[in-house]
Amino acid sequence: MLEATPTESGLGRRAFLKIGAAAGALLIGFPLRPAKAEAGIFAPDAFIRIASSGDITLIMPQVEMGQGIYTAISMILAEELDAAFDRIALEAAPPNTKLYANPVFGIQATGGSTSVRAWWTSLRKAGAGARALLIAAAAQTWGVEPRTCRTANSEVLHDPSGRRLAYGELVGKAASMTPPKNPPLKAVADFQLIGKPLKRLDTPEKVNGKAKFGIDALPPGVKFAALAQCPVFGGKVGRVDDGAAKAVPGVRQIVVLDDLVAVVGDHMWAATQGLAALDIVWDEGANASVSSAQVWAQIRAASAKDGAVAKSIGDPAKIAGSGELIEAAYELPFLAHAPMEPLNCTVHLTPDACEIWVGSQILARAQAIAAKVTGLPLDKVVVHNHLIGGGFGRRLEVDYVETAVRIAQKVEGPVKVVWSREEDIQHDIYRPVYHDRMSATLADGKIVGWKHRVTGSSIMARWLPPAFKDGIDPDAVDGAVDIPYEIANLRVEYVREEPPAAPTGFWRGVGPNNNVFAIESFIDEIAHKTGKDPIAFRRDMLVKSPRLSAAIELAASKAGWGGALPARVGRGLCAQVSFASFVATVAEVEVDNDGEVIVRRVVSAVDTGIVVNPDTVIAQLQGGLIFGITAALYGEITLENGRVQQNNFNDYRMLRIDQAPAIEVHLIKSGEAPGGIGETGTTAAPPAVVNAIFAATGVRLRRLPIDRDVLAGRKPA
Amino acid sequence: MIALRINGETKNVEAPGDMPLLWALRDLLGLTGTKFGCGVALCGACTVHLDGEPVRSCQLRIGEIGGRAITTIETIGATSAGAKVQKAWLDLEVVQCGYCQSGQIMSAAALIAATPDPDDSDINAAMSGNICRCGTYVRIREAIKLAAKSA
Repeated sequence: MLEATPTESGLGRRAFLKIGAAAGALLIGFPLRPAKAEAGIFAPDAFIRIASSGDITLIMPQVEMGQGIYTAISMILAEELDAAFDRIALEAAPPNTKLYANPVFGIQATGGSTSVRAWWTSLRKAGAGARALLIAAAAQTWGVEPRTCRTANSEVLHDPSGRRLAYGELVGKAASMTPPKNPPLKAVADFQLIGKPLKRLDTPEKVNGKAKFGIDALPPGVKFAALAQCPVFGGKVGRVDDGAAKAVPGVRQIVVLDDLVAVVGDHMWAATQGLAALDIVWDEGANASVSSAQVWAQIRAASAKDGAVAKSIGDPAKIAGSGELIEAAYELPFLAHAPMEPLNCTVHLTPDACEIWVGSQILARAQAIAAKVTGLPLDKVVVHNHLIGGGFGRRLEVDYVETAVRIAQKVEGPVKVVWSREEDIQHDIYRPVYHDRMSATLADGKIVGWKHRVTGSSIMARWLPPAFKDGIDPDAVDGAVDIPYEIANLRVEYVREEPPAAPTGFWRGVGPNNNVFAIESFIDEIAHKTGKDPIAFRRDMLVKSPRLSAAIELAASKAGWGGALPARVGRGLCAQVSFASFVATVAEVEVDNDGEVIVRRVVSAVDTGIVVNPDTVIAQLQGGLIFGITAALYGEITLENGRVQQNNFNDYRMLRIDQAPAIEVHLIKSGEAPGGIGETGTTAAPPAVVNAIFAATGVRLRRLPIDRDVLAGRKPA
Repeated sequence: MIALRINGETKNVEAPGDMPLLWALRDLLGLTGTKFGCGVALCGACTVHLDGEPVRSCQLRIGEIGGRAITTIETIGATSAGAKVQKAWLDLEVVQCGYCQSGQIMSAAALIAATPDPDDSDINAAMSGNICRCGTYVRIREAIKLAAKSA
């Protein structure tokens, strides 16, 4: 869909993740904006503006979609700036790749659980650099040595003389000074904000209805549009009878494009009713007979071929199996994102400008696609980014922006295009289907050989082409090539298999979800086969991984691992190193006689390095686990006749509060560089749940979502 | 022209009587705190109060409301239960993306108003119609209990 621009030469997820704890050191500083003296504003870099009034505005390079990043970024900047945290204001960064590109991707993108890791060092330097200038300005004013001054609460203080100057009073002088190249950063022990469970800055307006999401944009004169895209992927509009639709009160216009029809009205009700009144005949095209059966047949066949070698250690003969050979295959289905805020985008297109109101995880691409569609230069496309009502990777795509701009090309004045929930589910860009073939060779009850062949589509080849190299998608093998277990002979392969019809993209967790599910399920199977306790079995292979080992021991102890449980109740473990975080999770589940699974309790122990806001980290684990349990228990998108068969939350189910388990999250103190956190819980839950189901029932489920017929004994495993 | 009593004021809406209240609030009156999530009463994002009772505004036609009082997230803080719930939501940092939370808070406020000391099964019954994709359920449960305890 989108071509990578030359600037998009980012490292890619795996490269970044492999660097792990050293990641911060690798990130180069961002270009400093020249200090500005005009209008009494001190803007030492792209992230901080201090007015002579003392008001401090922090510019947010990452977007807020519930993960608490506005608060975390503010804490990092304010920490090194020594700014009064209760008096800062936030501003979303405009599209500007040069200033605000995520250092991991080289694109202005929020995803991959990268925000804190990516910006950790450069934002600290930004804050420290500004602070050094303010100290220098105060020292010069007083005629004292800068080293005799300190800062606190948006003030510079000179203790020997008892003098103090507020940051606002220093703005003019500081703006005329040259920023230091390597401002000293605080020692971890001196942090005042980082590590404290501060209240989130975006919460107050989210409890009183004032928060504005993209869908809440109401530019003057806006019209409302509902749309129908061809239900078969890739199909076109055949013919449209719009007689009845035009008669619906409030309908203003029917827009027919080659692949979709939109009805524009005075409000969403008119647009929706108008759309329902249309008689559309689709030209379904080449995908009209695609079904899930075909998708699975194709991927299974593809997985029989050798793949590109993503990692190889030791002796191939031992990998092929000279001792006892154990094999298994695991599968994951297509998944929709289903963010609570359905896709939407508001566009006002005039002959020489385009204004857009949207919530996007990838702002610069939203701007670029509008420029491409309209032919306008980039600087004539203004994008107002908003709070995001759920991203989960869906809003890393800009198809919904492109669609809205194409509709806006036919509409006079601003138009808000809102997808119905059904469109949102049936025209998603889906988490890919995966098929993982695992084999392990055992000698003396230990794994001596390991082979993991991942088969699935390459998201990176489409989304960030430079990251797809030598037949390897770094995201697809993320979590497989960096398997934490010490195995002497190991091989990881990747087979790229693009499914027919359905487009695929990022989802909360993507690659690690698949690989950790396959690895942790398989390790659990092998442990049981060797008669060992799953934790004891893992412990022997993690001698060199103290951080993961510590997480496992803590989770096990808090969860009461090994303690007695009633019949058909079991505990299962998932241990993972993903997104540079070390997480161990124990799920406790009950399986009733009808095959229904009740997740009773989940305990996670997490070492994610230095924690910026512990309450946010805990919240992300709690929510991520629920997201993962939802996928394990319910998540599946299926195709028939080239169409998605699910419609709404009745048949694409979400976990609800009455099904949510008790969740405990235990943070492990660490001085290592921060890891990523937003996707870890989602990765952890499914393997922990299926391993617990095995412990409860002796039934091994190797594909998701769980099959209740198998668990009830109505169908063989 | 249909007259509606919304948040203590009478608003006249120029719209067909079969229009769901959700769209009148959002598109005609600019009260965008009430959210569209599914359109078919499966998710609870559009929950408002009608004479104090929680209802899904995507299914409530404006022509059928008559003189009953509509309360939305924008003014629920003026009620005792609403204020308690909002405070508990802040104290426990319930919110993540926040999109579903208007509906969650409206359902929770109605629960607290009707059942001042709800137990887990009361909470399940009142809240299981509200989906949170971010998975804030653990904190929603705690916050309702906290709100119930507060004076």
